[in-house]
Amino acid sequence: MAQIIVVTSGKGGVGKTTSSAAIATGLALKGKKTVVIDFDIGLRNLDLIMGCERRVVYDFVNVINGEANLNQALIKDKRCDKLFILPASQTRDKDALTKEGVGGVLDELSKDFDYIVCDSPAGIEQGAMMALYFADIAIVTTNPEVSSVRDSDRILGMLQSRSRRAEQNLEPIQEFLLLTRYSPARVKTGEMLSVEDVSEILAIKLVGVIPESQAVLKASNSGIPVINDEESDAGLAYADTVQRLLGEEVPFRFLTEEKKGFLKRIFGS
Amino acid sequence: MSILDYFRSNKKPNTAVTAKERLQIIVAHQRGERDAPDYFPKMKQEIIEVIRKYVQISEDQVSVQLDQNDDKLSVLELNVTLPDGK
Ligand SMILES: Nc1ncnc2c1ncn2[C@@H]1O[C@H](COP(=O)(O)OP(=O)(O)O)[C@@H](O)[C@H]1O
Ligand SMILES: [Mg+2]
Repeated sequence: MAQIIVVTSGKGGVGKTTSSAAIATGLALKGKKTVVIDFDIGLRNLDLIMGCERRVVYDFVNVINGEANLNQALIKDKRCDKLFILPASQTRDKDALTKEGVGGVLDELSKDFDYIVCDSPAGIEQGAMMALYFADIAIVTTNPEVSSVRDSDRILGMLQSRSRRAEQNLEPIQEFLLLTRYSPARVKTGEMLSVEDVSEILAIKLVGVIPESQAVLKASNSGIPVINDEESDAGLAYADTVQRLLGEEVPFRFLTEEKKGFLKRIFGS
Repeated sequence: MSILDYFRSNKKPNTAVTAKERLQIIVAHQRGERDAPDYFPKMKQEIIEVIRKYVQISEDQVSVQLDQNDDKLSVLELNVTLPDGK
């Protein structure tokens, strides 16, 4: 039985796809057989971030509609043989995702995989609701910014009322906060909510803090998930996040401004 | 922190504090609404109707909030801002 993880947020552009790609890759690098699914029907992006856009033949909706089987649609990652990608359709609309259809695909994947990572679209419509419905674990991806925090709280409400676990009175979804695009320097000057602020407001367990990082754009330019960049702060922060998801205690890094050189310290930046 | 930074940060208002305060209010409100029982929106509407029989008020002058303090105690808080001189 696979663990189903949804990477969700409500708000768009906060880093869900970046995080889904990084976390799925990280789990696979840890030896867990992992599949990452793009639920953003009509606006697929995960294939680009994973660097497999030219290998997409069939997609998630084809499988749901019985036009292809899972083996035909799953793309095996080039770098990691425990990792698979199920791309979204470019042409259909989000209503193509039915509860029965999605449930059937997840059931079949569940037999074979350790982790299923669902990259949710923004919003609270069909695609986003289907991405979270079957989840065991939710990674609530949040930027330290008012609209993102408010939307994250709304998504927490959905997880607690509109998911399979809520409807069937099962143990609730495990909720984790992933704070992304964090700038310690701006927190220090009082321009940005701190990790403590956001944790206190949302009151869920913190699983990772990903700094605002140039490595993320570099990674998406090259189609290699940022977690593969072991020299980057964001890559290391995602690796820590994956370890925490697997139950390890890992201290948080990159929460304070990086130390500046002597001259910069004297003259400021 | 450089000397320049020190002066800079002294001048700047701390907007993160404002953001946090605003969010705490919004989130408390959102959570209050979703933890409320199903009958709550209708009851709230009816309470407003009753008050309107006696005083002209608009909907945003009434706040009805249900707070679950612990397992045994819920508090229904009703706040009505009455117009001046009535
Ligand atoms: N930690 C980060 N540092 C810098 N840029 C980031 C970071 N995380 C995400 N981004 C950028 O933010 C944008 C939105 O990210 P994406 O993962 O597509 O968000 P979503 O899937 O939530 O819409 C992208 O341009 C991405 O490169
Ligand atoms: Mg996305």
